[in-house]
Formats: sequence, C-alpha cells, structure tokens
Amino acid sequence: MANIEIDAPGTSHLLIGNESIARGTLEAGIGFAAAYPGTPSSEILGSLAQVAKKMGIYVEWSINEMVAMEAAAGASFAGIRALVAMKQNGVNVVSDFLANLVMTGIGTGGLVLVSCDDPSAISSSNEQDTRPIAQWLDIPLVEPGDFQEAKDMTKWLFDLAEELGTLCMLRSVTRIAHARGNVSLGELLKKQHKAHFDQVHDLKNVMPTTFMPVPSSLRHYFLHIKIDKAREMFESSQFNRYIGPDKADLLIVTSGSCWLYSQDAVKALKLSDRVGILKLGTLWPMPENFVGKHLSKSEKILFVEEIDPFLERNIMEIVANLPPSSPRPNFYGKRSGHINAYGELNPDMVIKAISIILGLTYEPRDVEYSKKAETFAKGNVPERSMTFCAGCPHRATFWAIKNALKLDGRDGFVTGDIGCYSMALGPAGFFQVRTMHCMGAGAGVANGLGKLAQFGFDQPVLAVVGDSTFYHATIPALINGIYNQSNFILVILDNSATAMTGFQPHPGTGMTAMGKPTKVINMEALCRSLGAYVEVCDPFDLKGTTSTLLNMMSEGGGAKVAIMRRECELVRAKKEKPPYRVYVDAEKCIGEACGCDRLCTRVFLCPGLTWDKEAGKSKVDEVICSGCGVCVSVCPQGAIIREAA
Amino acid sequence: MTKKQLAKDPLNLIITGVGGQGNVMISLIIGNTFVRDGYFVTVGETYGASQRGGPVMSHMRISREKQYSPFIPDGCADIILGMEPVETLRMLGRYGNPNVITIINPRPIYSIDVTGGHAEYPDLDKLIETVKELSSQTWIINATEEAQKMGSHMFANAILIGALVGAGVLPLDKRSVESVLRETFPKEIEANLAAFNKGIKFVRS
Repeated sequence: MANIEIDAPGTSHLLIGNESIARGTLEAGIGFAAAYPGTPSSEILGSLAQVAKKMGIYVEWSINEMVAMEAAAGASFAGIRALVAMKQNGVNVVSDFLANLVMTGIGTGGLVLVSCDDPSAISSSNEQDTRPIAQWLDIPLVEPGDFQEAKDMTKWLFDLAEELGTLCMLRSVTRIAHARGNVSLGELLKKQHKAHFDQVHDLKNVMPTTFMPVPSSLRHYFLHIKIDKAREMFESSQFNRYIGPDKADLLIVTSGSCWLYSQDAVKALKLSDRVGILKLGTLWPMPENFVGKHLSKSEKILFVEEIDPFLERNIMEIVANLPPSSPRPNFYGKRSGHINAYGELNPDMVIKAISIILGLTYEPRDVEYSKKAETFAKGNVPERSMTFCAGCPHRATFWAIKNALKLDGRDGFVTGDIGCYSMALGPAGFFQVRTMHCMGAGAGVANGLGKLAQFGFDQPVLAVVGDSTFYHATIPALINGIYNQSNFILVILDNSATAMTGFQPHPGTGMTAMGKPTKVINMEALCRSLGAYVEVCDPFDLKGTTSTLLNMMSEGGGAKVAIMRRECELVRAKKEKPPYRVYVDAEKCIGEACGCDRLCTRVFLCPGLTWDKEAGKSKVDEVICSGCGVCVSVCPQGAIIREAA
Repeated sequence: MTKKQLAKDPLNLIITGVGGQGNVMISLIIGNTFVRDGYFVTVGETYGASQRGGPVMSHMRISREKQYSPFIPDGCADIILGMEPVETLRMLGRYGNPNVITIINPRPIYSIDVTGGHAEYPDLDKLIETVKELSSQTWIINATEEAQKMGSHMFANAILIGALVGAGVLPLDKRSVESVLRETFPKEIEANLAAFNKGIKFVRS
C-alpha cells in the first residue's frame, strides 16, 4: 500500500480510490477509524492502520460492521471525527443502528460512513446498490467521480456532517476503490484530539445530553429539516458539474465511475459538440434546481449508472414535479433497456447506448482483424476457473469432508457462507457446499436443518465458516444450536487470517490492526465454555481429519465444533521456505492405466499438479507448487514423492 | 519532469497473466514512474477473488491531458504485456488491433479446467504464431525460464518490466524506472535490477 501520510501538499501520487479516501480522512483530521474487512473496501482501514501511530489516531479492525459503526458513533459522541468503512453487505448489517442514529443525530465529531459497492459482485456474494439505503434512511450521500474526488469529498464530508449534525455517507464502487489514479495531496490536519462526552448540552436550561431516537415523530421531522438544508447546500456543490454544448442532441446524467466511462464514450465517438454530460457528485438529497436547470439542455436524456436506477427514478420524480408547461424529455436508461439493470458498466456499453439512441455506427478496429482475432481467441483460450491456491488448507479440508460424508453414507451435506471457502461450491472444493448466503448464514441454516428429525430428516449437516467469520457472525448461531439442541457440526476453517480480503488480523490472532499484541480469544475455549463438544484437526492430515469428522457424525445429537487449523498458505509462504520438494516419480505413475481415474489431476485439482499429455503421466509444476506435500497421500500408487526441502 | 511525446493519447497498456503472477506489482512500478514524470495514469485491475488462479488483467491508460477510465475500450490496446500465453491471446481477441505491440512470456500456467480434462490448452508454437499474426510487433521473452536460472521464478516480473522499457514502446527513462524499482524492492534490489537489465538486453539483442 502507498504511504498516505506523506506531508507534501501539491504533489501528485498514484493512489487507489481507497487510499485516496484514507488520505482524505487525514486531511480532515480524524481521530478514530473502525471497519470490518470486505472487498473492495478493505484498504481504507488497512492504509490508515499503517500510519495510525505516526498520525496519532486510533484505528481498529472491529469484530463486525455493526460494532465498527457503533464504536465510531461513540467517538463522534465524544467529539472525535470518526470514519467507518465497509462493503455493501456491511451496510445491511448496520442498517438497524443507522435507522436509530439518523434520529438521534451524531455528536460534535463528524461521522462518515464509506460504503464500497461491488457491481457485478466481482468479489462478493451478491450485487447490491447502497444508494437507495441512504435515501430510505435519510442520510446525505455523495459519490466520487474519480480518484481526486475520493479524497476531496471525504475531507469535505466531515465538515458537512458536523454542520448538519447527522451521519454522512460516501458511496464508492470497485472501479474507484480498487482502480488507481492521480491524486494531488492537500495539507494534513494534525489535531490535538480531546475527547469528552459533554453531559450537559445546554448550559442555560441544564439539559442533559442524550442520544435517543424518541420522540420518534418529532425526531423524524427534525431529520427532514437537516435533509432540506443538505439539499440547499448541494445546489451549489463543486462536485456537480456539466460539460458539453448549451443545446445537446443527448444529455447523459451520471455519477461515480460511470462519469469516467461516459467521458471515454463521448470521446471515442467524437461527439463532444453534440452530447453533454451532467455529472452528479451529491446524490441524496438531490439538488433539484441544479438538475432541473440542466435537464432543459436536451430532449433526450440517458441515465448512465450501475446496479439500481437511482438517478433515473429520482430525476423522473423531479421532472414529474416541473410546471405543466415544461418540456417532457425522452428518457433512456434501465427502464428503456439501453443500459443494463444489472452488472457493472464500461465505456463500450455507454458507446453502444449512445450509438443506438443517435443512430450511429462504431467500429473501433478493422473488421477483418476483428473477425480473425475473435475466431482465434474463441478456439484457443481455455477456461480458467478460480480455485484454492496451491497448498491451501481448505482443499485438504474439503477432501476430508467429501470422504467422510461418503463413508458415512447418509447423504450428508455442507452449508456455507462467504470467504475463500465459498469456492467449495465448485470444483475447487469438490462441489461440497450446498448453500451460500451472508456471513454466518451456513451455521444459521444448519440450526434449522438440525431440528428436522421429527419430520424424518436423517442427513448429517456440516456448516463451514472461516475463522474471521466465526467471530463476526457465527457465535449467536452456535449458542442457539446448543441451547435448542440442534444437530449439526460447525466446521471452523481456521487459517489464522481474514484471508480473502488481505490477511487482516481478527480476535483469534492476538494482534490488533495497529500491530499491537493483544489477548487471543481462543475459539476452542470459547466453544467449550458454551458446552460444545470440540475437536481440533490438522487438515493436512487427511486420514485423521476424515476419521474425526466421521466419528463426530456417527456419535449423534447436539451442536458440535470441529476446528480445522492450518495457516493460510499465502501467509506461511511470506515467512518461510516450502517444507518439501514435491515431484512425481515417472516410474511409479502409471497414468490412465492406474484405475485411480487420475485422482490427483482430475479430482484433487491442485494447480501445482499438471498432466503431461505426451508422457501420459502427472507432473508437478515447480513454479506453482507450494511444497505442502498433501497430494502425496492422495496418490494410491505412492508415485508423488516429497523430500524435505 | 519533462513530458516526452506519447505515440498516442491516451496510450493504452494491458498487463495480463494469472492471479499471483505479479500483475499488480508491474502496473504499480510502471504507473508510479509515469506519475512522477507528470502524466495522468489510470490503472484498472482485476483482483480480489482473482488472486485464486483466475485470469487477471491490468488496464493502464497514460495521458498528458486527463484522467481516463480504468477500462480500455474493446479493440483499443496499444501494448499488451502477456505474462502467460493463452491470457495474452485472450486479451488480443478482445482488445487487439492491427497496430498492437505484444511482449509475451511463453511459459504456460495450466488452469484446473485444462488439468482436469475439461478444456484443451492449445499447441504452444501455434499459439505464438497466432499472437505474432495478430500483433504489429512481437517480442518473445522467456522470462520464467531466465528467472529460474537466476534462482527464482519471481524475478520474471523484473525481466518483463525490463523488456517493456527496453522495447522503447513507452516514453520511459531507464533510470526513472530503476529508482522506482529500488523503492519497491529494497530487500532484493540487486537481483531485481539485474533481472530488469536482462530484460532490456533481451529486446535489444
């Protein structure tokens, strides 16, 4: 990650959107930041954690988004500027608290929530737009259109939150959060933070300070006044702007990364004198007058935005409220089908939409070349499915699970949730996982399945969760299972890191975000204290793990816990050399003649193992192999050899 | 910070390979060098879940005028740096054009689809011929093989950066790239600089 604390105002740096946001908080003089990791948001807190000590701020990875949000609100109540960052799913988790927080208002320290949405769900279970959440909760919402704005908006948002006395939200998307661009730095604001919860807020009337959402209707009324004030301020915001001719054949209305796509598209079509772009940075409440003024620029309006038709619906509402004599433009967007109502956009999709509306043709490359290139690529580019890394403990765990379920023979199955181990829905984990929803959902679903014996249900159920997910969202489900005597095995895949999002520490690792050693919340001790039967396995011991799981399944009732403990291979590899040198003994490997149906390369599917077609034998790819040596016990011929490296 | 002339504005560079090969590192080094030289640079990367063996690509847009989007439009790549053969062809199929310049590391990484028998990896010689046919200019750099000779396949990235700089297709000064390399790899800098210079030599010999 880049150094976001450089004290060099005016210099330009190549930052990802997340680093730019983190820099913005330092220029705003925050004192407190909390988050739970989630792609594509994780680098915001990650980069702040690296400089926290130097900058005199406090930064934590919280156990989940809810606690992060509440903790940040606590800081705000005591007068400290606070940031909380999460991916779109996190906003669902905190929505209950938010619905109350908007009623109570924030403290004297500005409070800002950053949500990084993931259109196309590139690194997510689901695709979801958080802009409508801001609207239904009455939270002022902004969206940066490039990397510079990510910083500048963040900085400004703390002032806004304090002026309005309410939480403000910044929505980013993957192509801002994880893309890199130029950011010109501003001054760092180094503050002497003094935190104090003022018990009395009105010295004349001696009223105690309270943050409570009641009386609700009255609070709601005051909230609307804040929103009206925000709307007024947004009318003249520098983050809203128009580029293009005074009268345009087409007006694009857009925000966020789609602002960049729209500019690319207009340039590619050489239409800058015919097509205008209205870029909104302040999205909710919508600056109605500013928008209304620009809508008259064209009779045709195209909405370019990702996921939900947020701008489209709200601007249609503005048009519906214009005086009856106002012209009614033609609208193009998700409703008309010119822009997809799902998935992320790109410049080509915008080019296509503009071309259809204006009746243009666009050929970016020679037609003959195009045909040739597409044909060649189509016939010669094999699929590249995602899989567990070479040496990943999860592959070994799911191998053991698969064999244990088979040996048990009662049609048992696995429920799961989010993490690297979600890949066990596919070939990487031998298609073992059957359900996947939000964090911790596998354990919750297993709670229900485990109570169906009276209806004839007799299948063993294993619920898999990652170690970080265990702390985040699984403990209540486990307690429920023990309390209500549900019959399932919670399998905790403990690789000692929040691996999928970048190896952040969690309560089981004994390390804080700021690198300080801390108490380890020992998961087996915790589970045992709840009364659960607990086994700890090393998944690399395929035989032992399989037999432990088999025994646990056959021993009948109650919620039990099996912990699969083995460090994430990517973490291990950073610290030490591979334990083994692994190779295939070409004499012993008899290939297709073996009768194992190429167990190693067709079923086990570690990317470190390849198939030498000419020789008709398996082979280790020394560039990929991590030297874990697990495949040695998969080969029935003993043809895979490991030697201490 | 004298800005040299760009052959085209924006200049569109794609770096492609397989998750874990080091795409992001290469795009960071090239991107940082350009920003220091006063250019606008946008880099769009596919990562996150694609750390786990999936195809990865970095789209880099270099401009003297403005910030471009992190996506190169279809058919509009100027240079493709391919760290893996079929991934190079995948990019040419979508982003190539008669003027595209390609640098390719011909070392295959087989996907689990290929290993598992659900997909076919094309004949390597034919694949390279196709890449040549679809490019105006092609450099074949045995980066993995040469890096292994130096003691670790990890040096392949510095060799490829060297090839990219040595090929003269980017207005980059060797010394400014070296200084970014020094900051990025402080630990193994000598080996990485040697690899970088090797890459330059390969394209110039």
